[in-house]
Amino acid sequence: MNATPGPTPTLVLVGHGMVGQRFLEALAERGLTATHRVVVLCEEPRPAYDRVQLTSYFAGTSPEDLSMTDMAFIEEHGIELHLGDPAETIDREARRVTARSGLAVDYDVLVLATGSYPFVPPVPGKDAEGCFVYRTIEDLLAIEAYAKNATTGAVVGGGLLGLEAAGALKGLGLTSHIVEFAPRLMPVQVDEGGGAALLRTIEGMGLSVHTGVGTQEVVVGADGAVTGMKLSDGSELATDLVVFSAGVRPRDQLARDCGLAVGERGGVSVDERCRSVTDERVFAIGECALAADGRVYGLVAPGYEQAETAAATIAADEASFTGADLSTKLKLLGVDVASFGDAHGTTEDCLDVVYSDSRAGLYKKLVVGRDGTLLGGILVGDAEAYGTLRAFTGSVPPVSPESLVLPAGAGAPAQLGPAALPDDAVICSCHNVTKGTIRGAVTEHSCTTVPEVKKCTKAGTGCGSCVKVLGQLVTAELEASGVEVDKGLCGCFAQTREELYEIVLALRITSYRELLDRYGREEARGGEGCEVCKPAVGSVIASLAAVIGASGYVLEGEQAALQDTNDHFLANLQRNGSYSVVPRIPGGEIAPEKLIVIGEIARDFGLYTKITGGQRIDMFGARVEQLPVIWARLVDAGFESGHAYGKSLRTVKSCVGQTWCRYGVQDSVRMAIDLELRYRGLRSPHKLKSAVSGCARECAEAQSKDFGVIATSNGWNLYVGGNGGATPRHADLLAQDLSDAELVRLIDRFLMFYIRTADKLERTSTWLERIPGGLDHVRDVVVHDSLGICDELESLMRAHVSHYRDEWAETINDPEKLARFVSFVNAPDAPDPVVGFVPERDQMKPDLPLLSIGVRRPSEDDVLEGSTRR
Amino acid sequence: MTLAPETPAPQTPAPQTPAPGTTGPKVRLRLTDDWFAACDLGALLPGRGVAALLPDGGQVALFRDRGGELYAIDNRDPFTGAAVLSRGLTGSHRGRPFVASPLLKQRFDLTTGQCLDDETVRVATYEVKAA
Ligand code: SRM
Ligand SMILES: Cc1cc2nc3c(=O)[nH]c(=O)nc-3n(C[C@H](O)[C@H](O)[C@H](O)COP(=O)(O)OP(=O)(O)OC[C@H]3O[C@@H](n4cnc5c(N)ncnc54)[C@H](O)[C@@H]3O)c2cc1C
Ligand code: SF4
Ligand code: FES
Repeated sequence: MNATPGPTPTLVLVGHGMVGQRFLEALAERGLTATHRVVVLCEEPRPAYDRVQLTSYFAGTSPEDLSMTDMAFIEEHGIELHLGDPAETIDREARRVTARSGLAVDYDVLVLATGSYPFVPPVPGKDAEGCFVYRTIEDLLAIEAYAKNATTGAVVGGGLLGLEAAGALKGLGLTSHIVEFAPRLMPVQVDEGGGAALLRTIEGMGLSVHTGVGTQEVVVGADGAVTGMKLSDGSELATDLVVFSAGVRPRDQLARDCGLAVGERGGVSVDERCRSVTDERVFAIGECALAADGRVYGLVAPGYEQAETAAATIAADEASFTGADLSTKLKLLGVDVASFGDAHGTTEDCLDVVYSDSRAGLYKKLVVGRDGTLLGGILVGDAEAYGTLRAFTGSVPPVSPESLVLPAGAGAPAQLGPAALPDDAVICSCHNVTKGTIRGAVTEHSCTTVPEVKKCTKAGTGCGSCVKVLGQLVTAELEASGVEVDKGLCGCFAQTREELYEIVLALRITSYRELLDRYGREEARGGEGCEVCKPAVGSVIASLAAVIGASGYVLEGEQAALQDTNDHFLANLQRNGSYSVVPRIPGGEIAPEKLIVIGEIARDFGLYTKITGGQRIDMFGARVEQLPVIWARLVDAGFESGHAYGKSLRTVKSCVGQTWCRYGVQDSVRMAIDLELRYRGLRSPHKLKSAVSGCARECAEAQSKDFGVIATSNGWNLYVGGNGGATPRHADLLAQDLSDAELVRLIDRFLMFYIRTADKLERTSTWLERIPGGLDHVRDVVVHDSLGICDELESLMRAHVSHYRDEWAETINDPEKLARFVSFVNAPDAPDPVVGFVPERDQMKPDLPLLSIGVRRPSEDDVLEGSTRR
Repeated sequence: MTLAPETPAPQTPAPQTPAPGTTGPKVRLRLTDDWFAACDLGALLPGRGVAALLPDGGQVALFRDRGGELYAIDNRDPFTGAAVLSRGLTGSHRGRPFVASPLLKQRFDLTTGQCLDDETVRVATYEVKAA
């Protein structure tokens, strides 16, 4: 195979990584793809993807999600992309690149963007089965597969990537170790103090850290697989898997082989225009290049700048790359770590300002020049201020540096907003976007949202660390240009849910209409409201009913019109218009007699039954007019509403606990029942879930709940803010070793504080992440009573508990309410003919109508292989 | 096989005109040539709907807003096929009354039947009055 340069010059790009892709985009932007034939040799089996976000694969991001390559772009620009076909040789005399497949391309311009390879220290056993590196999607797939049969993993290297890899191993369920030769973690980014804060936090997460020791040998078993590691202090570490993450080296072998100059420690030597110092037809960009300032950059932002520079040079535009900022902000294993500017204070005569709180895992250091210029800094544990601080680097900030690092609460923290930044401050260092450009996007390009500004300026589309500041800037700019940034609940109310709660509580407002007409937006007053604020206000009134003197019964008077359909029928609407019925089964404990009643009812009404994920039984397929009859029987047998329909307490799951389980240390079932009965019926911004485990084995999965309780030999540990669902979050420990009474009191306060301050449809997990001060603030308020509101929170809860009544019992005894449970107002007993069922697996399922909108025809392929059709 | 009858089979009891003896105005809607009495006006809670069965087996969703205005649209949610629009929450958007489907939350203009979230979709509306 052969290809000679025709009339159009040929440009060959070797390496299709992050920088390579950016280079292609820069070519296209400059019209060079139209004037050149562009050939790309890509070693990996897939086109360029987001290596920076690699670890998010373990959080469920698929390789496809990580892709940075839009195939339409490649096609549109006529780019010849060869996947899985690396360049093997370069003949600079003949100007020809030959790939592994034999494909030979003659070039006019050659661009090397081959990136780096992970450095593996030359220790014996390094190639054994079970040794990995951490660089590509393929590496991750291999680690994931191997980890299935492993219990322990060790990472060699405690730098940025090492910590990420260790976090990934932990996420795969392995006991994880980090072995770092330097005396501290992340030696490049942080100093001793920062390393110490990081160490405590990371050890606190259950990872074992071994600093100041080297790896001497990988110990291999008889079958050739890793069994452990020998360390330089003479100790041995048993492990099934080793990931080397001891730094990277530029991939410059191709360049070396064809006689291009490379640096002493590697990297293709290039000038300020990213052109090889040896051959002006060859460029090198990204991690394989040794820049004109004598550095090899291991971050993506400088690589992007080099890509732009090379493309500009090829287009004969002025551009140069003379060096870049090494600022980084990361969330490693959930810990914020950031460093920027002269983080290590190497500038002559500079001074440090340090704040450190080892108890809280906080460490903040600013490096300041004699004249007050901010030179750089390190933030560990709380990197809130990173965006603004980085942008102020090189100038004298308008407030004292001390006030910038003090935590909220200690002294007066300076709220130095991005408004104070000069226009030329770089906000997004990945894409080198200044504050001025972002403001321009709002004022000149009429962007009104963050996604629009991202699209317009590229800011925030790299590592994402600047998105917060970006949001603040966009808001500030919109406000300045007179566009009101609406924080209101919906089109009817300019207030947030929290503000409406305060209004309802303070003024004892019991009617939605009154609230809308007095406090709604001008144009909404006197109107109908909307489907957003009606249930939200309905929920606020219901949570406060006992205190403000409203009826605690959600179908009473005007309240009935505010409820979502599920609350309105006290059941969950299903896709064909029928309903499901979920009686409360506190703690998941149920006597045989009651099980039989459920069985009989389901049989008599022909309902589909299923055990739910919340330790109770759901009966599906009830018609609206059947609900009262079904509930009359349930109430009669001692059941009450399970509130499966409400934004309210769902279930408190339990494990069997001390009573039966050989490990149990407390009676978890009793506590779960007590909690479920205490908080049943409590309306809240979103649903509430809870669980109680009888010991640390945690069979009830309490740490995935809004409030979870785990027994200890001394009492109970309370965890809050857990969540399953689409964005799972492990709950945080709020308090330890509580007595029964202390536990209940703390939950009372926690729930009432959440109900008071959360946004509509905001679970405790998102609320905890959103509210200023996070968990620490919540702990201050509910444990230490820092706001002095705990008495009130407790009395609100007492009022709720004492006023609780079962909604279904109330409904079946109220003929006026029952009249609403009809299929048709003029034919109350006629079944809705649209609700139909067909048999499936010994029960039945909805018979869904064929629709013209959104139909998806089931195909044969939808049947799982080996599954039976019944 | 899942098939929805275009016109539901008339296995259902015939809709009743409200029992004699109940006084007060009725909600009436216009079917081809006469006014069909669907229910007592008192059966409509402001801001909430009810479903009524039509003589041809079809279903209508009836609403009343806080100003006393009445609306009638087809009860069938075109996005899911379920006859549930009467069970949605109502509201007003730029001065126009709407109901949001309780299933997937698409909103429908109560006066025109136009779906506010998908311009290609519309449900039938009926002329309605209290008399
Ligand atoms: C029935 C059940 C599935 C089952 O067959 O097991 C179920 C069914 C529904 N879930 Fe669930 N969830 C059920 C357990 C769960 C669990 C597991 C658990 O509670 O231990 C979770 C994850 C835990 C969590 O909530 O953190 C769960 C996470 C969700 C979510 C996502 C919540 C989130 O914060 O991301 C939704 C959507 C929502 O609420 O907005 C949801 C919403 C729903 C709704 C209400 C959707 C809807 O509006 O129609 C389903 C209706 C139930 C019905 O018609 O009766 N369901 N759902 C389970 C009922 C438990 C119970 O007894 O009350
Ligand atoms: C887990 C992880 C996390 C990271 N986190 C961050 C971060 O938070 N912030 C940050 O700035 N940076 C981060 N980085 C570094 C960042 O990913 C790199 O700086 C960036 O990918 C460099 O881009 P590149 O195109 O130069 O190299 P690469 O993305 O490595 O691409 C080079 C490509 O060239 C291919 N190649 C090599 N030789 C040949 C050949 N002979 N023929 C054809 N193809 C060849 C390689 O297979 C590779 O696909 C991280 C890296 C990793 C691995
Ligand atoms: S959490 Fe502990 S007490 Fe409860 S069932 Fe599991 S092992 Fe037993
Ligand atoms: S700084 Fe990385 S995306 Fe903006």
